[in-house]
Amino acid sequence: MSNRTESGAPLLEVRDLVVYHGQLQALSGISLEVYPGEVYALIGANGAGKSTLLRTIAGLHHPSAGTISYQGKDVTGLRPEKRAAAGIVMVPEGRRLFGSLSLEENLKVGASYARQGPWDTGRVLELFPWMKERRGQKTAQMSGGEQQSVAIGRALVANPRVLLLDELSLGLAPVIVQRIYAMLPQILQSGITVLLVEQDVSQALRVATHLQCLLEGHTTLEGTPAEVTREQVEAAYFGAADGSNA
Amino acid sequence: MAWVNAIIQGVLIGGLYALFACGLSLLFGVMKVVNLAHGDLAVVAGYIGVGVIAISHMPVLWSIPVVVVLMAIIGYILQRSLLQAAITRGELTTLIVTFGLSIIIENGLQQFFTANSRGLGVGDSFITASFSLGSQITIAWLSLGIFVLAVVVLLGLQQYLSFSKYGRLIRAVADDREAAQLSGADYRHVFGIAAAIAFGTVAIAGICEGMVTTISPTLGTDTILLFAFCAVVIGGLGSLWGTLVGGVVLGVAQAIGAQINPSYETLAGYAVFLLVLVVRPQGLVSQGTAS
Repeated sequence: MSNRTESGAPLLEVRDLVVYHGQLQALSGISLEVYPGEVYALIGANGAGKSTLLRTIAGLHHPSAGTISYQGKDVTGLRPEKRAAAGIVMVPEGRRLFGSLSLEENLKVGASYARQGPWDTGRVLELFPWMKERRGQKTAQMSGGEQQSVAIGRALVANPRVLLLDELSLGLAPVIVQRIYAMLPQILQSGITVLLVEQDVSQALRVATHLQCLLEGHTTLEGTPAEVTREQVEAAYFGAADGSNA
Repeated sequence: MAWVNAIIQGVLIGGLYALFACGLSLLFGVMKVVNLAHGDLAVVAGYIGVGVIAISHMPVLWSIPVVVVLMAIIGYILQRSLLQAAITRGELTTLIVTFGLSIIIENGLQQFFTANSRGLGVGDSFITASFSLGSQITIAWLSLGIFVLAVVVLLGLQQYLSFSKYGRLIRAVADDREAAQLSGADYRHVFGIAAAIAFGTVAIAGICEGMVTTISPTLGTDTILLFAFCAVVIGGLGSLWGTLVGGVVLGVAQAIGAQINPSYETLAGYAVFLLVLVVRPQGLVSQGTAS
């Protein structure tokens, strides 16, 4: 481990999390620590359990074992809306905008239970200038990239301390993905810590300060992008179970 | 002229039907609950009105806000307890639970108030009075007043849903309750508020029914629930103004049917209801661009 621990206590700490989807064990004892200011990336193939982990941290799944601590407090039993109000805010997979509401109304809903902080509708409109002229438009009529931006904006106006980003790149053209990830520095600058799930490994390696690779509900690799080699990531991602990647 | 009179009376009674229907439409639109006890709740509101007037001797009109507040509180509590528990267990459960609630209310009312029908005595001369247009058209102030009240209620409801914080949250939760949770909204509380509003509107409707005719314990399922369903389906599910259109179409159909032959009144209403289901199943005022 590099100098992560010097920044004090972890903002978010997950210990030995076990989650079932019915009979299927989706997560078998995952742990992670996210420190303030980090971009923590969870990578892994389809069905590795990344989204389940993120949704469990947001409160949408109940773990059958393990704990989740936020700012030193146990939040494992806390309802999702309480976590959001406390500063754990997720941009869900597939955007999940309120389709019958206008862009501006989507942002207003996001701000309904906002914490104090630097983000408000005005600042989101600065981050995404195209929104100004289309604030009255229904989000159902927007392109995938635009919808993703609105979903990010809706999360930002809640002034999160930890922003959970679930598969931002899903279904979007590479150019659009680049453009959306280009926003990340401004988000980090405002003091937000990011925990993200990404299928696109090279994208994740570009932005992450720390990463963890999941495979079938287990941790197969953890470290900073500088520490891990391309081969290690490939082995961890696809599960080359020959043990040669010590 | 008799026909014009029939149509006018039908339009006016349509306002009352819209009052019955909008709460049903709201509950379905927001939480996907088909409330089979909706009609009985209107009757309960009517009886609460009878009780409030008997105790306080206040005029009927003044009792409306009192009953609306009481019913709204009952709505919130019922939603947070029984209905929420049913919603968690699936859509079929909500049907069974509200059906059970309907039976309990109906029999409970018969137990306490007997099967006799009661009216909400409108002593006020203004309310029993009417005015004439020409020689054959007579309009009761009460009918006109209820129609205007219905339009005002729908207008207020629409403004509330469009522009208030909780109105926005109600629409957001109806779209995607999980995403609303991620924005910090407790959807159970939002459901409770929607139920309070729906119960408030049905309270107004129940008292109006008591003023126009009489109420009895079985009225809820016998007529009110069915008419409310007809109005909602004719107008289009989930559309607020659709309930007014549906209520008016139903009212006019019944009035025209009664004009042909008094025994055709109810039949004509259902005939139009079936016709709409066949020709335009999405309702006369369909929502959005989706076909």
